[in-house]
Amino acid sequence: MSPPIPPIHKRIFLVAAGDLEGAGSVSTAVRRTLRELGVEPDVVKRAGIVCFEGEMNMVLFSQGGRIILIVREDRVELLFSDRGPGIANIDLARQPGYSTAPDWARELGFGSGLGIPNMEQNSDRFEIHSRVGEGTVIRSTILRGVHDDTGDRGGARA
Amino acid sequence: MTIQAIVEELGLEALVAADLAREVRGGYCSDLLSDVLAHAKAGDLWITHQRHLNVVAVAKLRELSGVICVRGLAPGPDVISRAADEKINLLLTSEDAFEVAGRLHRLLHP
Ligand SMILES: Nc1ncnc2c1ncn2[C@@H]1O[C@H](COP(=O)(O)OP(=O)(O)OP(=O)(O)O)[C@@H](O)[C@H]1O
Ligand SMILES: [Mg+2]
Repeated sequence: MSPPIPPIHKRIFLVAAGDLEGAGSVSTAVRRTLRELGVEPDVVKRAGIVCFEGEMNMVLFSQGGRIILIVREDRVELLFSDRGPGIANIDLARQPGYSTAPDWARELGFGSGLGIPNMEQNSDRFEIHSRVGEGTVIRSTILRGVHDDTGDRGGARA
Repeated sequence: MTIQAIVEELGLEALVAADLAREVRGGYCSDLLSDVLAHAKAGDLWITHQRHLNVVAVAKLRELSGVICVRGLAPGPDVISRAADEKINLLLTSEDAFEVAGRLHRLLHP
C-alpha cells in the first residue's frame, strides 16, 4: 500500500459523556469545516452522518473521548476514540437492530441499533477496535471523487 | 408541491418558516433518529413525536424539507431557535401522526 497523502487539514474535537444537548455540535462543525475546504457535497453529507452517529454513541455509551477529523486530497477520515466500557461483541454491535440503549435514551429516539450500520453504510472503509473496560476506537474513511451525488448507496466498500 | 401549499392545505402551524418555497419529495414517519438518517430521503417531510434538539440535527443531516410535530407536541424555544438557525421548516399540528400522514399522502399522491 502506498503511504497516505499528507493531510491538508486536521482538527480535534472533544466529546463529553452524557451531553445530549451539545450532541450533534461536532457533526455540525465538521460539515462546516469540510464545506469551507471545498470538499464535495456528497462527501460532506456522508461525513456528517458518520460523525453524528459516532458522536451520539460516545455521548450515550462512553465516558467521553475525542473525534479527529483529517482531510486529505483523496479522502476524509474520522477517528473516534473514547474511554468507557468498550464493546464486548463487535460483530453483534454492527448488526442492525442491536442496541443496549437505556429506556430514557429510547424515549428520545435513540436505540434502534442503526447507528453503527449507518456509519458503515456511509464509509468506504470502516474499522472498530475495542477493549472491554477501556474504550473504543472507530475509524471511518470516506473517499473523495468516486461517488455520485444521490446520497443513496448500497453499502460500505471496504 | 411546496411546503407553503402543504401548510395551507393541512392547516399546519409554522413554528419556523425557514424556506416555505422548498419542494416536498415525500414523507417519512418515525420516532427513531438513526432510522430517519438511514431511510428518509432528501426533501421528505418528517412526521414525528420527537421534539428535542437532535431532531433539528437529523433533519439537517438528511436534508429533509421540514419536520411536522404531531398531536400538539410543540418543541421548546431552544429547538425552535436552533431550527431557525439551521433553516429547518418546523411545523405543528394538533392531529395525530396517522391523520396527518394520511392527509399528506393524499395531497402528494392524489
Ligand atoms: N462508543 C461506544 N462505547 C461502548 N459501546 C458502544 C459504543 N458505541 C456503540 N456501542 C454499543 O453498540 C450498540 C450498537 O450501537 P448503534 O449505534 O448501532 O445503536 P444504538 O446507539 O444502540 O442505537 P441508535 O444508534 O440507532 O440510536 C450500542 O447499543 C452499544 O451497546
Ligand atoms: Mg448509536
